[in-house]
Amino acid sequence: MSNKDINSLLIDNNDNVVVAVKNLNKGNEVLYQKETEIKKLIINDNIKFGHKISIKKIKKGEKIIKYGAVIGKATQKIEKGEHVHLHNVEGIRGRGDKKEEKNI
Amino acid sequence: MKFQGYTRENGDVGIRNHLLVISSVVCANDVTQNIANQLNGAVAITHPHGCDEFEDDAMLTKKTLAGTGINPNVGACIVVGLGCETIGSEKVAADIAESGKPVKEINIQKSGGSLKSIQKGVRMGRKLLDKLSQQKREEHDFSELILGIECGGSDTSSGITANPAVGKASDILVGKGGTSILSETPELIGAEHILAERAVNKKVADKLIEIVNRAEQYALDVGVDIREVNPSPGNKEGGLTTLEEKSLGCVHKAGSAPLSEVIEFAEKPSKNGLVVMDTPGQDVESITGMVAGGAQIIIFTTGRGTIVGNPIVPVIKVCSNTATFLKMEDNMDINAGKIIDGENTLEEIGENLFELIEEVVNGRHTKSEILGYGSFGIHRILKTM
Repeated sequence: MSNKDINSLLIDNNDNVVVAVKNLNKGNEVLYQKETEIKKLIINDNIKFGHKISIKKIKKGEKIIKYGAVIGKATQKIEKGEHVHLHNVEGIRGRGDKKEEKNI
Repeated sequence: MKFQGYTRENGDVGIRNHLLVISSVVCANDVTQNIANQLNGAVAITHPHGCDEFEDDAMLTKKTLAGTGINPNVGACIVVGLGCETIGSEKVAADIAESGKPVKEINIQKSGGSLKSIQKGVRMGRKLLDKLSQQKREEHDFSELILGIECGGSDTSSGITANPAVGKASDILVGKGGTSILSETPELIGAEHILAERAVNKKVADKLIEIVNRAEQYALDVGVDIREVNPSPGNKEGGLTTLEEKSLGCVHKAGSAPLSEVIEFAEKPSKNGLVVMDTPGQDVESITGMVAGGAQIIIFTTGRGTIVGNPIVPVIKVCSNTATFLKMEDNMDINAGKIIDGENTLEEIGENLFELIEEVVNGRHTKSEILGYGSFGIHRILKTM
């Protein structure tokens, strides 16, 4: 099965982000495949190839899930369709955060 | 699932049938290469080590050379030494001989110099190749295969196309009873705890954390904080936000199988399933270690493009994006960029990859194999004396 309109990838079914595989503009429709379904949402940011888009509303402090695992936590509230990157995510395994390992 | 392979004396199975001429020390490299050059079908392994090494490095040299000779893709070996080196060709030859494999040894000093040694080696090789050329493939099972997994020249796409696709193929192989080796310890930093959760028992989980901490501490001891410099500015521009995201992209090559074992550089896995071998991130050394541990086939993901092959083991190149695949089509075997283009799903590319693995295992040559590219590098721990 292939769909040339798909412009984002959901890597694991438990992820709350998808990865843009085209350069996308604010207002564009994001299409990604989850199992056999094609899902849609509108983005409210310009998002470059390789960057992440939230597919759900994410609360401040909530974990960002990609590859089915925790890649960081939200440093502020994130809306569905928003760009997810350095401005609203912080890693948990980077320097200075090693003490938090036991809490994860 | 079955394939056709070369049965070895110790019961292992090879997917190629090489005559390997091994230099046991840098001083024997010229003779080694000259012998291999005069034998159609012989492969030479040369390197800058083998003498004036501290004990740990000397043992690693011996283990890696012997392991490469024992690798089941090798049908017979000739080991060449100068005569006064630390390890000695006779010790490497003896280790290989323990596996039952036909092995000959040449000591350049005892033989009376280079020309006499070359003549001796070519004659030995001629007889060995005659036997190897008569050997037939026999039926074997996929559970007897060890796949080594590598990434290099990664880019933004690597973690979203090629690496997950390799993970799918790895899961298929492990599902059939085979073994996959994940390597490059420094690239696990940030995701080691997630991988440790998949360990079959606490001992394996602890060993994984131990080798990752060891790699991290080594870097810290020389003033490099891997957690601080990753993701790099280039990575961030490409969309990677956190260290653990980058490392998870690497770990994804290992699919979802439980972690059975954690082994040292050039060590043979004692368990089937997914294992982690402690290797550096440097591609050639990492592949050398996995091959010395018995991997008969290597899958190598790349985004920016790498042409590296191995002297005795076929290397399959999986390219993460179509632009690089087309630009370097002479060297790329599979285009995982089709996932981005919408032409195939991740599952389909994973299956295509497994189908190619099956073909390569049964004799089809990869591009780096056809071009004869074979790089070899032994991991070092200390300085030369």
